[in-house]
Amino acid sequence: MAVTETRIVTNRLREFTEDSWTIDRYLATGGYDMLRQALTMQPVQIQDEQVKASGLRGRGGAGFGTGQKWSFLPKGIYPRYLAVNGDEGEPSTFKDHMLIERDPHQIIEGVVISAFAIEAHIAFIYVRGEFALGIERLEQAVADAYAKGFIGKNILGSGFDLEVVVHRGAGAYIAGDETGLLSSLEGERAMPRIKPPFPAVQGLYAKPTVVNNVETMSTVPHILRMGGEEYAKLGVGRSTGTRIFSVSGHVARPGNYEVELGITFRQLIDELAGGVRGGKQMKFFIPGGASAPWLMPEHLDAPLDMDYVGSELKTMLGSGAIMVFDEDTNPALIAWRLLKFFAHESCGKCTPCREGSMWLEKVLFRISHGLGRPQDLDMMLSFGSTIVPGLNAPFSQTTICAMGPSTMSAVVSLDRFFREEILEMCNAGAARPTIPVTSA
Amino acid sequence: MSSFTPENRDRAREIVARYPFARSAVLPLLHLAQEQDGWVSPEAIEEVAALVDQEPAQVLGTCSFYTMYKRDGRKELVVSVCTNVSCLVNGGPELYELLSERYSEAGDVMVEEVECLAACDTAPVFQVNYEFHGNATGESATTTIEEYRSGARVPRGVSGGKRA
Repeated sequence: MAVTETRIVTNRLREFTEDSWTIDRYLATGGYDMLRQALTMQPVQIQDEQVKASGLRGRGGAGFGTGQKWSFLPKGIYPRYLAVNGDEGEPSTFKDHMLIERDPHQIIEGVVISAFAIEAHIAFIYVRGEFALGIERLEQAVADAYAKGFIGKNILGSGFDLEVVVHRGAGAYIAGDETGLLSSLEGERAMPRIKPPFPAVQGLYAKPTVVNNVETMSTVPHILRMGGEEYAKLGVGRSTGTRIFSVSGHVARPGNYEVELGITFRQLIDELAGGVRGGKQMKFFIPGGASAPWLMPEHLDAPLDMDYVGSELKTMLGSGAIMVFDEDTNPALIAWRLLKFFAHESCGKCTPCREGSMWLEKVLFRISHGLGRPQDLDMMLSFGSTIVPGLNAPFSQTTICAMGPSTMSAVVSLDRFFREEILEMCNAGAARPTIPVTSA
Repeated sequence: MSSFTPENRDRAREIVARYPFARSAVLPLLHLAQEQDGWVSPEAIEEVAALVDQEPAQVLGTCSFYTMYKRDGRKELVVSVCTNVSCLVNGGPELYELLSERYSEAGDVMVEEVECLAACDTAPVFQVNYEFHGNATGESATTTIEEYRSGARVPRGVSGGKRA
């Protein structure tokens, strides 16, 4: 039987394309009912019996258990803060952008419920600065929610107070890292901080802070509606529920698809996204954003299961961005462009990332433009092992945040799957009289 | 001497009041300055610094980290073209080359190459003052940009606020 989407988080925005972002539509489709219910419960009940029981794992990229993250907040230390990560910047991920533009109230309801559950009285929603329309709609939604008493003092007569602040980013990928986001929220360069202390212990303004992704927040009201245990029945193993996958590249129907975890890459790419366009064959695909090591057509029957993809395929589902490339693609060119991205976005705090990404970009530029040297691939692996000691998944790191090891994902993938092709390109390049080290 | 208009000075104070600590208002205040002036001027840096009780050098240090803030003169239209991989395989780099050449002499249009804009289902993608336009060709992009130039489309401010 053909696979279909399982629309939970995306149901409203798909069904009501004309006005899914308005308060009227949200209220007409059961909006804020779960908030009413949540306010009659004990915070610890929401944490344990709902969110923890649902098995929900963060939808930003790392896939850490949401309920578990909340439970790390030290007892008795206040104020606590909730920071919501809508700084979507991982190349080819476009799900949070859609959720912010087209269902902002769903995010807000999740935020108020979550803030109540973790006993926070201020929540910040950090939105990528380039999402001008999304910010406009989210700010309108927050204003409407204040006016209706879903945010503010004594919410719906419960005695619970919450302020929600929409905070606009200004163009920095690294602000999407959870500690980078906190630095940015404090008015600084978005430089990540060393952990421990984890944000749950010392986060925003050195107070206990939970950082959750926009899609994670959007899922919370549905967990209450379905019940945590019922939600956990969806999905596979420890990857419960649904996720929105952003499929792009050489596919016939690029787009966001919300599916139950556990279906295969083939079902997602071929059945939902229409497969490789123009009758061509797939050469390779990237399963979880620019930071994820690549996969080959032989891996298409693997399940969308965070643990399986990590342990068996040595990569990750990451942010849920799936990029598909056809048979005519030059893999070195894709690797170069991804490294150009990392070199541009490295915050500069840690030497291995700042210098490593820059050198990898230069070497990949010459390889991808026919000027490579035969020893280039091994040279990249050699100095790459100072960023990722051992070069084995799961990647270890010599940098403060996970961006350092991410810079090596494409290079390791070239070595795993395209070594011969790269060496051939480099041998052809070696015949050239001069080999400038340059960059576009 | 104030770089904010009296109205925006009030807005600036409101923004500062949203946060438990004033320094958190640096990014939104810089956006406000850019929305008003079309760039972040040295005078605006000084005023923002005074509002959040920092040194101007600290605010400049933060400001220069973020690509959206333009510090080299007033901009009318900022055209941001994505060339990251999903756009790369759909003609993004060619679109960027074409537009940057076509508008190289135009004082009112700044064409910049940017990283993934999170709209890859409509690749290749570009923005004009942070308003999205997808499935672009050289021709359709030029038509769109000309509509902004002629006033047929109302451009947002450079930081995304709607112009009157």
